[in-house]
Amino acid sequence: MPPEQKRNLSPLVWPLAGLCALVLINVAFDPAFLSLSSIDGKLYGTPIDILTQGSRTMLVALGMTLVIATGGVDLSVGSVVAIAGAVCAMLLQTGHSLALTLAAAVGAGLLAGSINGALVAWIGVQPIVATLILMVAGRGVAQLIVEGQVVVISNPAFDFVANGFVVGLPFAPLLVFALYGLAHCGLRHTSLGLFVEAVGDNETASRFAGLAATKVKGFAYLFCGACAGLAGVMVAANIKAADSYRAGENMELDAIFAVVVGGTALTGGRFLLFGTAIGALLIQTLTSTMYNLGVPPAVAPVPKALLIVMVAWLQSERTSRWLRGLVKRKAAA
Amino acid sequence: MNARVSFLRGWQRNRSLAATAVVFVVLYGVAASLHEAFLTPPVFVSLLTDNAFLGIAALGATLVIFSGGIDLSVGAVIGFTSIFVATLIERHAVPPLLAWVIGLGAGTVLGGVMGWLIHHFKLPPFLVTLAGMFFARGLGFWIGTESIGINSPLYARIASFELGTSSWVFPANALILLGAMGLVYLLAHHSRFGRNLLAIGGSEHSALLMGLPIGATKIAVYALSSFCAASAGIVATFYTGSGNPSMGVGLELDAIAIVVIGGTLLSGGRGHILGTVLGILVFGTLQAAILFDGRLSSWWMRIVVGGLILVFILLQRLVLRHVAQRVG
Repeated sequence: MPPEQKRNLSPLVWPLAGLCALVLINVAFDPAFLSLSSIDGKLYGTPIDILTQGSRTMLVALGMTLVIATGGVDLSVGSVVAIAGAVCAMLLQTGHSLALTLAAAVGAGLLAGSINGALVAWIGVQPIVATLILMVAGRGVAQLIVEGQVVVISNPAFDFVANGFVVGLPFAPLLVFALYGLAHCGLRHTSLGLFVEAVGDNETASRFAGLAATKVKGFAYLFCGACAGLAGVMVAANIKAADSYRAGENMELDAIFAVVVGGTALTGGRFLLFGTAIGALLIQTLTSTMYNLGVPPAVAPVPKALLIVMVAWLQSERTSRWLRGLVKRKAAA
Repeated sequence: MNARVSFLRGWQRNRSLAATAVVFVVLYGVAASLHEAFLTPPVFVSLLTDNAFLGIAALGATLVIFSGGIDLSVGAVIGFTSIFVATLIERHAVPPLLAWVIGLGAGTVLGGVMGWLIHHFKLPPFLVTLAGMFFARGLGFWIGTESIGINSPLYARIASFELGTSSWVFPANALILLGAMGLVYLLAHHSRFGRNLLAIGGSEHSALLMGLPIGATKIAVYALSSFCAASAGIVATFYTGSGNPSMGVGLELDAIAIVVIGGTLLSGGRGHILGTVLGILVFGTLQAAILFDGRLSSWWMRIVVGGLILVFILLQRLVLRHVAQRVG
């Protein structure tokens, strides 16, 4: 089926091309951009930094991809990141084991996801509104857990989650890549991915086809909550503290951007896991490009905003019709 | 049948307004029983004064939500306008009145562009206004990262302006908020534009078949919301006597919370400006009560607001289901 193949291939090409273009711009400004060095058998360099820093956004965006594929959106991920970090800090401080701490953090994410899922799938609240509740209240809950303090975490094993190395490679991106692989197998090598797309494309039709649409939607929010919970662990481990005010700030935006740039339709019904991964890396590269070019961090959102509107504009039907018309006219002339 | 539907709808609308009013009265009563100061006029007036810029932004956001859209950029537009106006007045010696006009114009243009993108290219409103939020916030920080104090004589006069009797004294900001409430009320419920908005929010397709000017209305409502946010930014410069690019961070959520507490349906097509007015009072009472009570920490505000949104959403679902059953 050549046309089918072409349709599956083309969406991934665009984010990849964008990422390559960004990397080329960086190399043009700073030839050392791509260089890697090995110190004590551990790899260091700007690309490694981008992978390590970008791994958290990648993880949140992984969950967000599924939610958006069902035609929803989860605005609460930033707050869930803060809650998970706060849970880690409190448990480690009171001398609980690392395994229990990690389980509790992911559990907190699952709990948040189940609240979102229940509101969206069972009660039928619009996703933006339902997840807005936890976005507003969640940060308050995180501040309540740590009583408004920034709790320092000094635990070498916990630190490893964000800053550790495995055979010379950084642990955090390896973990996230493994999770992407697992998610890909779980979704694309079973019928689950198809179910998610069916519900996102047309919920009524999927229900008539015999799909448990509410369960599929609920699963997407649960998965997204778990991803955000684990990302919260990584954020807390990276700064070695639970900062309930700033942790996960604007993360929902970066995650949505990554998903959209990666070619997943915001209207639901289609998702590209690896597109999201590339989208997250693209956004991280854009961020570090702006640092390299000396753009103040506070101004950095402007190009991000322009980029996201441009990508959405390119994806819109009206634009593609216009572009197709342009190509046809050229061919005729 | 039609009369019955409109009766049920009207009843539903009034009932959610009544629910908000009850919440406000109960909250205010509880606050007054804990702190007697709540029974004095200055504390009530301070609900208006302290929430003037949030309230004006919430009024604009209500109109967008009437049309079935959402505007996440209001907080960032407030920050942008406040630093923009302050810079114009202090650094470029622009007369304040002209600076306000330029600031309002810039905000309106941003909103118009967002509306155009949303209508013309059918992009999701939350995405476009999210990008607008990043854009306006970044632009604000590009103009200046530090807070700029405004030393214009006009600002001094506005700060000391007061109107009222000996016990009820309204400062300028409270009067501006009251004026904005009146204007937006007229616009939403006594003009063709307001009816078009609610019609589009109810069903865009039906509105199209009725021959309503969908494109113009949708673009206008985003421009209007940004105009309100820009006005709120100017009011914020009155309130703090300065312009600050980080003003209004997270304010869009508070604005949406106020709209929801006011009983307006977030899916569009149904709601009332009076609900938003009551929502502003509920929000203000909560904030004042938590401030008055030293034992409650600031994060309880977030949790309580989140809880209130949840309660109102569930209430709306129940009422809607009820109406659907009675009509069907």
